[in-house]
Amino acid sequence: MRKLPQDFTLGDKNAGQKGALPIHESAIKHVTGQAVYIDDMPEWPNELHIATGKSTEAHADIVSINLDKVRAYPGVVDVIVQADIPGEVDVSPVLSGDLLLAGNFVHYIGQSIFAVAATSLRAAKQAVELAEIVYQVREATLLPQQSLARQEFVLPTHTIQSGDAPAAMKSAPRTIQSEMYIKGQEHFYLEGQISVAVPNEDGGVQVFASSQHPAEVQKLVARVLGLPVGQVLVETRRMGGGFGGKESQAAVLGCMAAVLAVRNRCPVKYRMPRQDDMVQTGKRHDFWNTYHVGFNEAGEILAAEYDMVGKCGCTADLSDGVVDRAMFHADNAYFLPNARISGYRGKTHTVSNTAFRGFGGPKGVILAENVIEEIACSVGKDALDIRKLNCYQAGKDTTPYGQKINDDVLPTLIEELELSSDYRARRKAIQTFNAQNRFVKKGLALTPVKFGISFTSKHLNQGGALVHVYTDGSVHINHGGTEMGQGLFTKVAQIVAKAFGIDYQRVNVSSTRTDKVPNASPTAASAGTDLNGMAALDAVNTIKDRLRDFAIEHYGIQPDDFVISDDLVRLGEESMSFPEFIKLAYMNRVSLSSTGFYKTPKIGYDRKAAKGRPFLYFANGAAVSEVIVDTFTGEYKVTQVDILHDVGDSINAELDIGQIEGAFVQGMGWLTSEELSWDEKGRITTNSPANYKIPTSADVPEKFTVKLFERANSEESIYRSKAVGEPPLMLGISVWCALKDACASVCDHQFSPPLAAPATPEAVYYAMQAARDYQEARL
Amino acid sequence: MKLLLNDELIEDNTLASDYTALRYLREKRGLMGTKEGCASGDCGACTLLVGALEEGELRYTTLNSCITPIQSLAGKHLVSVEYLSQQNALHPAQQAVVECHGSQCGFCTPGFVLSLASLYEERQSTQQSIDRESVCDAISGNLCRCTGYRPIIDAGLSMTQVEPDYVALLSQNHKVKQTLSELESSASLADDGSKSRNYVQPQNLAQLIAAKKACPDGVLIAGGTDLMLENTQRYHDFDDLIDLSQVTEMTTIQDDGQYLTLGASVTYADLETYCQDKYPHISGLLSRIASRQIRNRGTLGGNVANASPIADIPPLLLAFDADMQLLNVDGTTRTVSINDFYQGYKQTLLATDEWIVSFSVSLEKLAQCHRFYKVSKRMEDDISSVMLAARFAIEDDKITEVRLAFGGMAGTPIRAVNAEQALTQVSVNDEQALQRAIEKIRAELHPMSDVRASSRYRLDMACNLIRKAWLALNNQEAVTFSGHAVSDTLLITGNEETNHA
Ligand SMILES: Cc1cc2nc3c(=O)[nH]c(=O)nc-3n(C[C@H](O)[C@H](O)[C@H](O)COP(=O)(O)OP(=O)(O)OC[C@H]3O[C@@H](n4cnc5c(N)ncnc54)[C@H](O)[C@@H]3O)c2cc1C
Ligand code: FES
Ligand code: FES
Repeated sequence: MRKLPQDFTLGDKNAGQKGALPIHESAIKHVTGQAVYIDDMPEWPNELHIATGKSTEAHADIVSINLDKVRAYPGVVDVIVQADIPGEVDVSPVLSGDLLLAGNFVHYIGQSIFAVAATSLRAAKQAVELAEIVYQVREATLLPQQSLARQEFVLPTHTIQSGDAPAAMKSAPRTIQSEMYIKGQEHFYLEGQISVAVPNEDGGVQVFASSQHPAEVQKLVARVLGLPVGQVLVETRRMGGGFGGKESQAAVLGCMAAVLAVRNRCPVKYRMPRQDDMVQTGKRHDFWNTYHVGFNEAGEILAAEYDMVGKCGCTADLSDGVVDRAMFHADNAYFLPNARISGYRGKTHTVSNTAFRGFGGPKGVILAENVIEEIACSVGKDALDIRKLNCYQAGKDTTPYGQKINDDVLPTLIEELELSSDYRARRKAIQTFNAQNRFVKKGLALTPVKFGISFTSKHLNQGGALVHVYTDGSVHINHGGTEMGQGLFTKVAQIVAKAFGIDYQRVNVSSTRTDKVPNASPTAASAGTDLNGMAALDAVNTIKDRLRDFAIEHYGIQPDDFVISDDLVRLGEESMSFPEFIKLAYMNRVSLSSTGFYKTPKIGYDRKAAKGRPFLYFANGAAVSEVIVDTFTGEYKVTQVDILHDVGDSINAELDIGQIEGAFVQGMGWLTSEELSWDEKGRITTNSPANYKIPTSADVPEKFTVKLFERANSEESIYRSKAVGEPPLMLGISVWCALKDACASVCDHQFSPPLAAPATPEAVYYAMQAARDYQEARL
Repeated sequence: MKLLLNDELIEDNTLASDYTALRYLREKRGLMGTKEGCASGDCGACTLLVGALEEGELRYTTLNSCITPIQSLAGKHLVSVEYLSQQNALHPAQQAVVECHGSQCGFCTPGFVLSLASLYEERQSTQQSIDRESVCDAISGNLCRCTGYRPIIDAGLSMTQVEPDYVALLSQNHKVKQTLSELESSASLADDGSKSRNYVQPQNLAQLIAAKKACPDGVLIAGGTDLMLENTQRYHDFDDLIDLSQVTEMTTIQDDGQYLTLGASVTYADLETYCQDKYPHISGLLSRIASRQIRNRGTLGGNVANASPIADIPPLLLAFDADMQLLNVDGTTRTVSINDFYQGYKQTLLATDEWIVSFSVSLEKLAQCHRFYKVSKRMEDDISSVMLAARFAIEDDKITEVRLAFGGMAGTPIRAVNAEQALTQVSVNDEQALQRAIEKIRAELHPMSDVRASSRYRLDMACNLIRKAWLALNNQEAVTFSGHAVSDTLLITGNEETNHA
């Protein structure tokens, strides 16, 4: 069992007991089954359950709808169509087009046309099957290639340029021109989408939502009900996983439940069974990337022209940000002196794709890493050397969008991992192994990630918190962030304890509620701790300032004489326990509650010029993965993974390592066994865990080490830590590159065969076949 | 229906036949620790422990409560996560998960805890140690989307070392034992099959016949791991169910010196255990079928009767020319060969009022060289894209009989008879004959493309798997990855010249 080195208890000596780091705030409740998820809340006797009638056509006009049999089905209490929605029907997060219920037109298979509220979910599900809907079918666009050809976009195209790419391309000694199709990913949060709405006595409603963005659920519920936002209260205690899937798309459930709850004056639950969730909610975008790269004999990139087409689905949802982020990460860790990067928001008649951990970033990073693998084969060098050559470093420090990389974290980190993982010796051993073995082949790859931290929508970069201190010295904290397993509540509690100088055990966290902290940003973009931690710190500082002022006045001491540390309040010569002091402050009428606020400084991106500083800082990391492939079948095993990741000064190393490992495995799943499929009608055929395969424990290598790169954030983030939620997902790309490397070994790395993403055994088999064909043609 | 749920004796005769254990716990008992992640047996969030007496000993195994009718658990001890920590002390599995930071969102956690607890029970009661392979096996049906599993595996490996305030093994609880044995005797009395209950659990063939006579429309259910998906995914309501899982004659494995007879209600897990030492290739295949939880419930008969073209047991039985004993409700029996059983897509020889009692396989054939290869997107708990079961009979370095049976290559499980022919009466190492067989495969099999694989890949795999089997026959065993663990030595120092012996 891996034990944490002692120095990982950095940051906060007060945080836990006996020097250990605090465990997840709900850990005991998790293992005992006491943690309450929305579906676990007691049901009211009159509670109703929702199921929706779904479009069976990808693109069609609705000619007629007959719901008589649905209404007549035993248990059915209410059936609504679009016209029954009291307020607006549009529930889009930022732009427009996402309708709570379709009107006379559908644009994806699975789109909700009507909703049923029944006394049980089972009755509702059985009833919706009885609808008779007649469609007039239109031609559907199902692939991003088609959207580009037909110029069908949900939003305008954006282009980033630096230097003079066409000229540099022309004069480049070598070029590669190709394309890659990268499939999306199903979130597969273990807890499916769910909301419960309970009407209140004022015509308003309280919604319990499994949502990463309660404030938006609140806003949209108010919109569909035609109520002021203040009449809606949304509460989220915890989610059973989110991963971006509950950022914008959780709102639909809250809205539907709210409409039916207010109509029927009773509590209503909308829980999507797994299959509905997999059919009706958006996923990670597919991307079709075409690339043209110029480089010299050494393998140095001189020019890059990338066209990246995201499969956005039928509406914009959050796709603008997703495609932008894909573009911002098409360089990954590498300097592109002359670049043109165009991002297209392809419209398809499929479910609207949405946020997913990495938010487009992975689609840029894999493009960059694929290019490196191909350059390496072209110039006959180890891919790691090409990576180091092109990595951002002094003199090669400006991204295509003009943000400077002004630290040398990446080169140092890569070098450290290269040594600690014994990369070079293993490379040699693998070469020998591959020369001796026909039936199995090994592959190895070290891939880095550089991930920009901040929402690319500037206004979202704000956080709010509310801190109360009670007369017994206990502290209660609310903030705008939501808990989806990442440990945000634990980290913020640690921050509050540290900022006060008190025992961690004094701090209580509770549900995220829109009436405690208003207008909060989604818990996304890895920014949960950065924004909410800072806001909490601000609130604590406000209260502490009041306490100090009081102490100065009451005891006649100097400001510096007032110190709270190790749970003790020192007042010059005197000292007392925190509760005692708080009691005293209360008796002397000191306000013991405060809000806190934070907005990220320094950032700004000028969209017109396509230049600026979209990110406050970058989080970095690198992984070395080794694989072994069965050449008969393309089946493989990941045999070893070593990760070195940069979280700045870690606030809780256990939680950070948990995020890194979990993200890595999720990223690996995206590129290995998780394959989304759609049929020619536009129907998703991977609609269940029976045919969509996320990794199991057996897919995780026994040799799996994660180390934290020890260097403080050079920007003033919360306690100099760095965001960790998303960046390590892209370390899974090392597995994909290692598989590609294993395939290339059968033609002595003369050629890097195209490898589909995900690299299923079938994909690996045919990539290896292509390398074999290349080799035969060569000999 | 009577059962022991945690520490409560339950009697409830008002439930629908297909009402699941998961719904029973959540809807009727308010036990919310057990979660629904999929309702299709794929995620393990609904995992429960079920304890039963086996020769007087209490043994706990795991199951997916989302697809298990609660009434199928009559007479058993059902344990949910709430029970594990009931003395206000954490079970070692719980303690270890906490200490290893094994939960993030926590939604999968109760399921993992129960899977680990079952391993803990099994290993502690037999005083065996816990290794990585056994942990991965125990949690093979549990999905976690947050942690990446490393801390959960560590928890499994360290749970015998944590110092719990909690020492007693579930299986040593005498009160539970006593309750179960009381329930056992009353259950067999109650289930004489003549009752007009909606769920009957006959204990022997006579009772089964009586039950089927009393209720001609009663649907047969064994493990329910196929049938119940109708209920949970397609929302079909079953009326009466007749449970085959407790019929003594159908749950036995018998070796009479000539034939190995496998009852139709033998579970994958039973067979896996039986074959562990005797037939490692068979137990190897079984370890690749579904997950620990599903293997604890799913039966051979259900797999064969369900007639899925991608089922894994039919090719195995085809490779051994198994005979099937069928029994009709009128009491007549007949024996048919598995070779004749599949008539077309999802069509079998079974008459409406007929069922499978057992399969028999000749020991002579079992002793011959045989190999099974299953190709799927994921190693654990995945359905075959292609599966090959191969058997070779050898005399004087000549192949005298070959069976090449496939799953995933046609609308039914299928033998590649022309390819078999091409490899018959040739010398063992005749590579040209192998080549001819492969050409035959390309001519005689026309698989389809679907969500699991393309037609082209299926065909290529069929050929390559035959090559693999042929190499094995020629002592050139190629590495085939197993589910949980690949022997490191083989992988790291692996060199074909030294690998095979
Ligand atoms: C998560 C999951 C993973 C799976 N993985 C695999 C896999 O890897 N490989 C694989 O092959 N299958 C797999 N399956 C399918 C399933 O588990 C098997 O087919 C199983 O063997 C079915 O057995 P059962 O006892 O559960 O059948 P049941 O569901 O009880 O019955 C299936 C059908 O057979 C009939 N039946 C049952 N017994 C008899 C009998 N004795 N005579 C006549 N009819 C009978 C029933 O009436 C029913 O129609 C998986 C299923 C799940 C849910
Ligand atoms: S709920 Fe997923 S296996 Fe039962
Ligand atoms: S902890 Fe979230 S799914 Fe396992």
